Amino acid sequence: MTVRVLFFASLKEAVGCESLSIDLPEQLELSAFIDRLAEQLGAHAHQALTSESVRVAVNQELRNGPQVISDGDEVAFLPPVTGG
Amino acid sequence: MKLEVRVQEADFDIAAEYSALRNRAGGGLGAVATFIGLVRDRHDGDLVSTLYLEHYPGMTERSIEAIATKAAARWPLQDVLVIHRVGALGGAEQIVYVQVASGHRDAAFAGAAFIMDYLKTDAVFWKREDRNSGSRWIESTREDLLRRRNWDADPKQQ
Repeated sequence: MTVRVLFFASLKEAVGCESLSIDLPEQLELSAFIDRLAEQLGAHAHQALTSESVRVAVNQELRNGPQVISDGDEVAFLPPVTGG
Repeated sequence: MKLEVRVQEADFDIAAEYSALRNRAGGGLGAVATFIGLVRDRHDGDLVSTLYLEHYPGMTERSIEAIATKAAARWPLQDVLVIHRVGALGGAEQIVYVQVASGHRDAAFAGAAFIMDYLKTDAVFWKREDRNSGSRWIESTREDLLRRRNWDADPKQQ
């Protein structure tokens, strides 16, 4: 199964890319998914993606509580937002 | 309520937007409040050469629509337009336009203030300031969060 991953703003700089596609053998819970991402991106990415201020959106919906990442999902890592 | 949200790199023309509102609006309109946000070219005395804005297409627009819908649930708003620019902006450039039309001025003023306060804390944008001392991503300030909380705490505030 393939999952598309997006990184924005400071996280894009921290992990060194703005998007990637990752192939997984099976569905993963979000924390396991982040572990899997970090194998590819490095330990510094794991630290950046699990920072308390980072929110995760799955298919453009902010995640509340446990989340399973499935085939075709778009997973976005969002640092703190500000507009206006 | 008619609601329109535009996220774009291009500048906007407030005279054209106001004129379009007058043309489409019915006779019930009594007040239009508009707010234009400009890019400040200084931060803590440091010169800001560029403000760079990033967004998440789709999610960003929906986050603004949710804010406007929340405002319309509190005040009788008839027509709301929010234009937010993204990309690289220089000092004094227009960055955001909020246009709120209602039957009376209280609702128009309050709706526009509410939308601006929530844009600071809830809209899905990221801003990077490129200063002469280096670049940094900025976040909502304590004051921004406080202003938003005040709206939450006082649902009857008009």
